[in-house]
Amino acid sequence: MNPEEAAAKPNPIEQFELHRLWPFEINGVETSFTNASLFMLLAALGVVALMVLATSRKAIVPGRVQAMAEMLYEFVAGMVRQTAGTEGMKFFPFVFTLFSFILIANLIGLVPYTYSVTSQIVVTFAFAVVVISLVVLYGLYRHGFGFLNLFVPHGVPLPVLVVLVPIEIISFLSRPVSLSVRLFANILAGHITLAVFGGFVVMLLGAGVWAALAPIPLLAIVALYALELLVACLQAFVFSVLTCVYLNDAIHPGH
Amino acid sequence: MAIISSAFAAEGEQTTHESVGAGEAHHEGAFPPFQTENFAPQIFWLVIIFGLLYVLMSRIALPRVGGIIENRGAKIAADLGAARDMQSKAQAAAAANDENLRRRRDEAQAIGRDAQHRIAAETARQRALAESQAGEKIRAADERIASAKTTALGNVEQIAVDAAAAIVEKLTGAKIDQSALAKDGATSSH
Repeated sequence: MNPEEAAAKPNPIEQFELHRLWPFEINGVETSFTNASLFMLLAALGVVALMVLATSRKAIVPGRVQAMAEMLYEFVAGMVRQTAGTEGMKFFPFVFTLFSFILIANLIGLVPYTYSVTSQIVVTFAFAVVVISLVVLYGLYRHGFGFLNLFVPHGVPLPVLVVLVPIEIISFLSRPVSLSVRLFANILAGHITLAVFGGFVVMLLGAGVWAALAPIPLLAIVALYALELLVACLQAFVFSVLTCVYLNDAIHPGH
Repeated sequence: MAIISSAFAAEGEQTTHESVGAGEAHHEGAFPPFQTENFAPQIFWLVIIFGLLYVLMSRIALPRVGGIIENRGAKIAADLGAARDMQSKAQAAAAANDENLRRRRDEAQAIGRDAQHRIAAETARQRALAESQAGEKIRAADERIASAKTTALGNVEQIAVDAAAAIVEKLTGAKIDQSALAKDGATSSH
C-alpha cells in the first residue's frame, strides 16, 4: 500500500508500540527507558502523590485527597482482612501497592495519548509470577510440606482424590496464567475497541455522505469509555482480590 | 500484516534503513505485547519502579495513613469517653441539685410552719394578756362602781337624817339628836 493511504487508515495496535526514549543496555540486556517505563513511573508517582504527599499534614479532619487516600487504604485493608484473614494483613503493603499501582496505571492509560502499562502481557505476567512465588514461598516457609495439603481437599474419599489432586495441581499451575491474561486481555481488548471505534469515526468522516453516520461510533466510544473506566477499576480489584485469595491458600492450606 | 500501522511501518522502514535492520522482522510480524525484545526493558523498569513504590508504601505511606486513621479513632473514642463522663457528671450534678432543692424546699416549709406556729402562739399570748388586763380593769371599775354606790347610798341616809332633823326642827322647834335619828332610821330601815 502507498504511504498516503496507509497514513489515513487508523491503526488500533499502534498504541501498544514500545518507543525507546532512552536506549541503553546493561550486560547485553536491553534496559531502555521506554514510553511504557515512563507511564509506569507516572503511575507510581500518582500513587505516591496520593498516598504520601496528600497525607503529609496528617489531619484529623481530612481534606479531599487525604480522604481519598484513607478510603483506598481502608478499602484494601478490608479486602485483605476479609479474604486472607487478620494473618493476611502482613501482606497488606504488597497487596496495596499492587492494587494502587494497577488501578492508577489503568486509569492513566485511559487518558488519550497515554500508554497502558497493563496492556503488556509481560508486565501482568511479572505481577502474577511475583504473587504466585510469594504464595509458594510463604506457604512452604509457614507450613513446610503441609503446604501441599492445598492440593488435597479435606473429607474427600480416596478414589475421588486420585482424580481431584491432579485437577487441583493443574488449577494451581494455571493461576499465574489466568491471573495475568485476565488483566492483560481486558485492558488490551478495551483499548483496541476504543481505537477501532475511533477509526470508524475517522473513516466515516472521510467517506463523503456517510460522514452523517460518524456520530454513531462516536457515541459508542462514549459508552465504551464508561465501560472501560469500570473495567480499569474492576480488573485492578479482581487482580488484588485473587492475590488475597491465593495468599489465603498459603496461610491456610487446608481447605 | 495489514493491520499493522502504516505510519509505524513507514517509521520502522526508516529505522531499519538507518540501523542494522534486525528489528524489521519483529515490527512486521509481531503484535507489540508479544514482541520478546520488548520484555527485558519493561521488566527492568517495572522491578525498579514497583520495588521503589513498594518500599515507599510499606515504609512511609501505609504506616502514616494507618496512624492517621488510628489517631482519629483514638481521638473520637477519647472524645466520646470524655463526653460520656461529662454527661454522667452533669446528670449527677442535676440529681444533687434536685436533692438540694428538695431539701431546701422542705427546710423553707418547716421554717414557714414554725414561724406560723410562733406567730400564732405569740398572738394567743398577747390576746390572753390583753384580755386579762382588760378583765382586771373591768373588775376595778366594777369595784369602783360598787364602792361609789355604797358611798352614795350612805350619803342618801345622811341626807335623809339631815332632812328629818330639819323637818323635826321646823315643826317642833326642838333640836333633835341626829345620831338617834340615824339609829332609828337605821333600825327602821333595816
